[in-house]
Amino acid sequence: MSDNVTLTIDNLEVSVPKGVTIWGAAKKLGINIPTLCHHPDLKPYGGCRVCVVEIQGAKALAASCSCPAAEGQKVKTNSPIVREARRLTVELLLANHPRDCFTCPRNQNCELQALAMDLGIREVRFDLAKPSWPIDETSPSLARDPNKCVLCGRCVRFCSDIQSCSVYTFANRGYGSIVSTAFGKDLSEVRCTLCGQCSVVCPVGAITVKDHTEQVLAAINDPQKIVVVQTAPSVRVALGESFGLAPGTIVTGQMVAVLRRLGFDRILDTNFTADVTIMEEATEFLQRLESGKNLPMITSCSPGWINFLEMFYPEMVEYHSTCKSPQQIFGALVKTYYAEKESLVSSKIVSVSIMPCTAKKFECLRPEMNASGYQDVDYVLTTRELAGLIKSSGLHFNSLKPEPYDSLMGQGTGAATIFGVTGGVMEAALRTAYEVVTKKTLLEVEFTAVRGLEGIREAEIDLDGTKIKVAVAHGLGRARKVLESIKAGNPNGWHFIEVMACPGGCISGGGQPISRDLAYRRKRINGLYQDDRELALRKSHENPEVQALYRDFLIEPCGHLSHKLLHTTLHNANERFHK
Amino acid sequence: MKSIEELPRLKSAEELEALKLKVLPRIAIRKDPAAKPYNDVTHHIMICCDTGCASSGARAIVEAFTKELAAREMERTVDIVVIGCHGFCEMGPLLVIYPDDVYYIRLRPDDVGEIIDETIINHRPVPKLLYHDRESLRPIVRYNEIEFYAKQNRVLLANCGQINPEDVEEYVANDGYKALAKALSRRDDPLSLLEEVKKSGLRGRGGGGFPTALKWELCRQAEGEEKFIICNADEGDPGAFMDRSLMEGDPHRLLEGMVIGALIIGAQEGYIYVRAEYPVAVKRLKNAIAQAEAMGFLGDNILGSDWSFRIYVREGAGAFVCGEETALIHSIEGKRGMPTPRPPFPAISGLWGMPTNNNNVETWANIPGIILNGGDWFASYGTEKSKGTKVFALTGKIRNTGLAEVSMGLTMREIIYDIGGGIQNNKKFKAVQIGGPSGGCLPESMIDRPVDYDSLIEAGAMMGSGGLVVVDEDTCMVALAQFFLTFTRDESCGKCTPCREGTTRMLNILNNIVKGKGKAGDIELLEELARNIKLSALCGLGQTSANPILSTLNYFREEYKAHIYEKRCPAHHCIDLITYWIDADKCIGCGACRKKCPVQAIDGAPKKPHTIDISKCIKCGACFGACRKNQAIFKK
Repeated sequence: MSDNVTLTIDNLEVSVPKGVTIWGAAKKLGINIPTLCHHPDLKPYGGCRVCVVEIQGAKALAASCSCPAAEGQKVKTNSPIVREARRLTVELLLANHPRDCFTCPRNQNCELQALAMDLGIREVRFDLAKPSWPIDETSPSLARDPNKCVLCGRCVRFCSDIQSCSVYTFANRGYGSIVSTAFGKDLSEVRCTLCGQCSVVCPVGAITVKDHTEQVLAAINDPQKIVVVQTAPSVRVALGESFGLAPGTIVTGQMVAVLRRLGFDRILDTNFTADVTIMEEATEFLQRLESGKNLPMITSCSPGWINFLEMFYPEMVEYHSTCKSPQQIFGALVKTYYAEKESLVSSKIVSVSIMPCTAKKFECLRPEMNASGYQDVDYVLTTRELAGLIKSSGLHFNSLKPEPYDSLMGQGTGAATIFGVTGGVMEAALRTAYEVVTKKTLLEVEFTAVRGLEGIREAEIDLDGTKIKVAVAHGLGRARKVLESIKAGNPNGWHFIEVMACPGGCISGGGQPISRDLAYRRKRINGLYQDDRELALRKSHENPEVQALYRDFLIEPCGHLSHKLLHTTLHNANERFHK
Repeated sequence: MKSIEELPRLKSAEELEALKLKVLPRIAIRKDPAAKPYNDVTHHIMICCDTGCASSGARAIVEAFTKELAAREMERTVDIVVIGCHGFCEMGPLLVIYPDDVYYIRLRPDDVGEIIDETIINHRPVPKLLYHDRESLRPIVRYNEIEFYAKQNRVLLANCGQINPEDVEEYVANDGYKALAKALSRRDDPLSLLEEVKKSGLRGRGGGGFPTALKWELCRQAEGEEKFIICNADEGDPGAFMDRSLMEGDPHRLLEGMVIGALIIGAQEGYIYVRAEYPVAVKRLKNAIAQAEAMGFLGDNILGSDWSFRIYVREGAGAFVCGEETALIHSIEGKRGMPTPRPPFPAISGLWGMPTNNNNVETWANIPGIILNGGDWFASYGTEKSKGTKVFALTGKIRNTGLAEVSMGLTMREIIYDIGGGIQNNKKFKAVQIGGPSGGCLPESMIDRPVDYDSLIEAGAMMGSGGLVVVDEDTCMVALAQFFLTFTRDESCGKCTPCREGTTRMLNILNNIVKGKGKAGDIELLEELARNIKLSALCGLGQTSANPILSTLNYFREEYKAHIYEKRCPAHHCIDLITYWIDADKCIGCGACRKKCPVQAIDGAPKKPHTIDISKCIKCGACFGACRKNQAIFKK
C-alpha cells in the first residue's frame, strides 16, 4: 500500500503523503486557500468555512483545512460555487464585526481585513448588529474585546491543547456564542499565566496586549527622569519583521540606534543579566547537585511558566531555581549597582524593558520585585509596542546605522543571546557549569541535543564523571507533562530542566510581532544561533562586565548580596483565586 | 411484578423459552378472550400513562381505579397495568380492558366507577366513553377497528400499549430476547447475522436513511482496541415523539437491538444518549437495564455465554445539535456538544477515538424483529428502496394527533386523511412539514406521492425521524419558515460561520417580511444565503437549516411576494399585515366584541352595526373570537 495519495487540484495533479489535508496539498501546488480558523500549530477545526473547496461528487463543499486528501479526488479551489460561498461567509463575518479598523490595534495586521481585501468584498449587505459585550481590561497584560471576536477558536484551542491551561471556552449558543472564561469571570480572576499566546494566534483585534507606550513616553519627556532601557535577547531577531525584514534578521544595532533616537537615556542589554543569571543558576544547580536537595532544578526565566507553576503546581515550587529572571535581575541591579557606578539617584531612574513577553508586564509588578528599594522594573514594552512607538515617531528603522549598547550592563555573550530560544538557557548553563566543574575549556560549545523544536528534549552530559540528565520543555502543555513525571517519581532521573512557557521559547513570545510566515519560529531561532556564533564571547562567565560585577559588587554567585537582590521566593497563587 | 432481586438469571435459550411459557398464562387474557384467569385475575385494565396521556390526566384515572376497585374489594381480581404510548394521544387519557377488549377514551376520574360496574362486573360497554366514528357516528368498542389504528401496521410498536414496560417478564412473554438468543447461537458467524440486516434493507431511521448494514460493516471492519455503539435518543425536532414513545412503551426492544448490534459489530460498550427532558424514558431505560443485567440479557456472561456487553445511559442537557453524531459523541465524552468535521467518521474514530456505531432508537429497535423473523420478513414491508415500517408522529392541525406506524410507501394523503382523520375544524389542508426543522414542506399537490426516503428528498423534504406537522389554510408559510428558522438559529452551536451568522441573517430577513418590512431583493438574498449555507455549513444542522425556507419558497413563493410587494398576508396570520373589520351587514350589534376589546377600539350602539377604530386596534384578535352570533368580524 502506497503511503502517498495522488489527487487533482484545479486540474493539477499532486501527490502528498496520506493524512495531508487538501489545504496542505494545495499549498504544495502553490495554491493558497484562504482560511481564518486554521492555524499551523493547531489541529484542524473546520469552523470558519472560509477554506471550503469543491470535491467532485460530494454533495456539499468541504473544509480543505480538515478534509484529508484522498486518492483520485478532483478538487476545485476557485470554482464559481466556491467563490460565492467563500465570499458570502466572509461577508457574514463582516456583518457583525465592528467596522472600526482605523482605531483597532490590529489595523493592517488583521486576517479578517486581509481576507475581505483579498476576496474583493466591497459591500456588506446585512445591517451591522451592534455587539455589546464588555471589554475585559482586568488582566495586567491582556485586553479582551469579545465584540471583535470571530469565534475561530484559536485562542480556545491554543490555551487548552498547547498550553493545557484552558482559560477560554465557548459559551452560549448560535449567534450568542462567545469565547468566555469560566463562568464569564474577569481574566484577572482565572488561572491565566499571561503567556499571551492567545493574542498572537487571534486573527483579529479581539485579544490584544495592554499598551504602556504612553507611560514610557511620559518618563522620557520628564527631564527629572533618567530612563534606562534593557532589551531582551529575542527582540533583536524579531523586531525587524515589523519593518518588512525577514524573520530572524538580526537588528541589534538598529534597535539600539532607534532607542537612542526615541530619547532613552541609557540603552543596555538584558543579555548582560542573562549572563548573570547563568552565574547564579549554574552555581545554584551545582550546590543542589552536591546536596541532592530539591532536584531536579527547574529554570526560572519565563514568567508565564512561573505563573503556571504557582497556579497549577504550588506544591512543587521548591524544584524551582530561586533565581530571578534576567529582566528582574537587571531591574534590581540598575537601581543599585548601576546607579552607584554611574552616580545616579536611584529614585530618578525609570527602568524600562523591551520584552518578547506579555507575562513580563505582570512580573515587574510583583510586590516582591523591589529589591532595590523601588519597583525594580517600571515598565515593560513588548516588541510589538516598541515597533508601534518607532512607527509613530516617524523614524525610518531600516536606514538607521547600527550603534553599540552603552557600556556597563550593556555587554552580553552568545550564551546570553540564546536565552531567547527553547533550550538556550540550558545550553548556556551547561557551557558554564562544564568549565566550573571540570576546570577545562569547553571546545564544542554547541549542545545540539538540547536544540530544536521537538517536544521534550533530553540529554545526558558528562561533567568529568558526574553524569547529569537534563530536559528541555517548551509550551506549558509539555511543562505539565514534565511536572507530572517529576510527581510520578522522576523516572527519567532528570537533574536539571529548562521550561519556557511559549512554544519555541521567547522568540515566539506573546509580545512578538505577529507573523504570517509559517517558518517564522525556525527563522528567528536561526537568527539567535547566528548571533551566538558571531559573538566573540560565548560563555557567560567570560563576560568581562559580569566578571566586574562580581569583583566589585556581588563578590560571589549565590552570595549574600545575590540572595538579597537576585533571588526570590515563589508563592501559591491559588490564594489569590480562592478569596 | 418482580423486583430486580427476584428476577431469575437465565443461562440459555432453553431457560428463556421456559420462562416465556411460564409467564404467558399471566397475560393470556390480553390475547385470548377465552383464556383462563391467572391467579384469579379476571381483568387487565391497560391505562396509557405515557407523557401525552399523563399530561391529560391519566395518573388521576389510575388513582381513581385503585380507589374504586379497593372500595369494591376487587383489587385482587382486576389488575391495573400502566402501559406506554398506545398511539392515539388525541383521545387520552385512554385505556383498554381485557379480556373484553373494550377501548375507552378521554376519560375523567368520574367515569371510573361506571366502567367498573358496567364493563368489568356486567361485561357491558359504556357507550358514551367509546370512540365514535366521525362519519357514521357509530360507537366502536375495539380499538383496532378504529380508522386511526386500522390502516396502521404496528410491527415495531407491537408491544407498545400491550405490555407493562417496566415488567421485563411481559417482554419475554412476547418473544422478547428471543432474537438475542438466536443471535448468540450464531455468535461464531456474525456475518450471517449482518447478512440478515443487509437483506432487510433497513435504513437509518434518524434522518439520513443510510443503509444500516453498511454502516455496521464499516465499524466492524475498523481497527480499534475497543469499539462502542451509541443509541441516539436525543429526539429534539419540534413535533417528534416517536423515539420517546418507543423508549417509554417498550424499552427492552431497544436494549435487545443494541445487544445484538454489539455482537455483530464487536462492541464492548454501548451508550444511550437520551434527552434529560424525557424523564420517564430515562427512568424506564435505567430500570430496563437493571432488569436485563439481573436476568443475563446484558452485562457479564450474557445468557450463559462468555460474552459480555454493557449499556450506559447518558442524559443530554437539551441541545438539538447533540443529535448530530459527532456533537453527541463529544457530549458523551463530557465536552461541549459541538460537531467536528467528518472524516474521520465515527466508524473509524468516534467515542474516545475508537470505532463507534451510532443509530437512533427506531433503527436499533427494528433489529430484534429482523433477526427473529429474518431480513426477508422485514423487506416484505415497504417499497423497493425503503423497506419496513416507519413510525410517524402526527401533530399540528390534524384531527388525530398521535403516533402511527405504517408501511413505507403509503401516501401522505393516506397518513393524513385516513389515519390522521384530516384537518381540524373542517379547515383546508395547506401543507405538511416533514423532517422537522431540517426537512421541508409538502403542499397538497405532493401528498399523493408515496412516503419513502427517496421520494421525499426528490420533493425537497426529508424523512427525518418522522415528525409530521400538518398546517391548514390559516397558517402563513413565511411565518412557518420563520418558526423553524427561529428554532435552528437558537439551536446552532455557533461553531461554523454559515450556520451561526447565516441563520441569523435569514431569520432577520424573514422577520422583516412578516412585519411588512420586506423589500425587493429579499427573496433573492434569502435564496443566496440558503444555497450557500446548505453547501458550506459544517454539520447537518447547518446544512439543512435553510430547507424550510427553500421548500416554502419552492411551493409558496407567491405568499412571500404578497408579503413583500403587496404588504399582505394571504393566510391573514401576520398581525402587522392584517386589519380587523366589522361587516355592517352581518353585525347584529350584540356588543360582545366591544366588551372583549381591551383597548376600547370598538364602538357602536346596541343592536346597531359596530365599527372598529383601526388607529386604536392592537390586533389582538379578541373581538374575532368574541363574535359568535355570526362571522361579522373578518381579517383583511
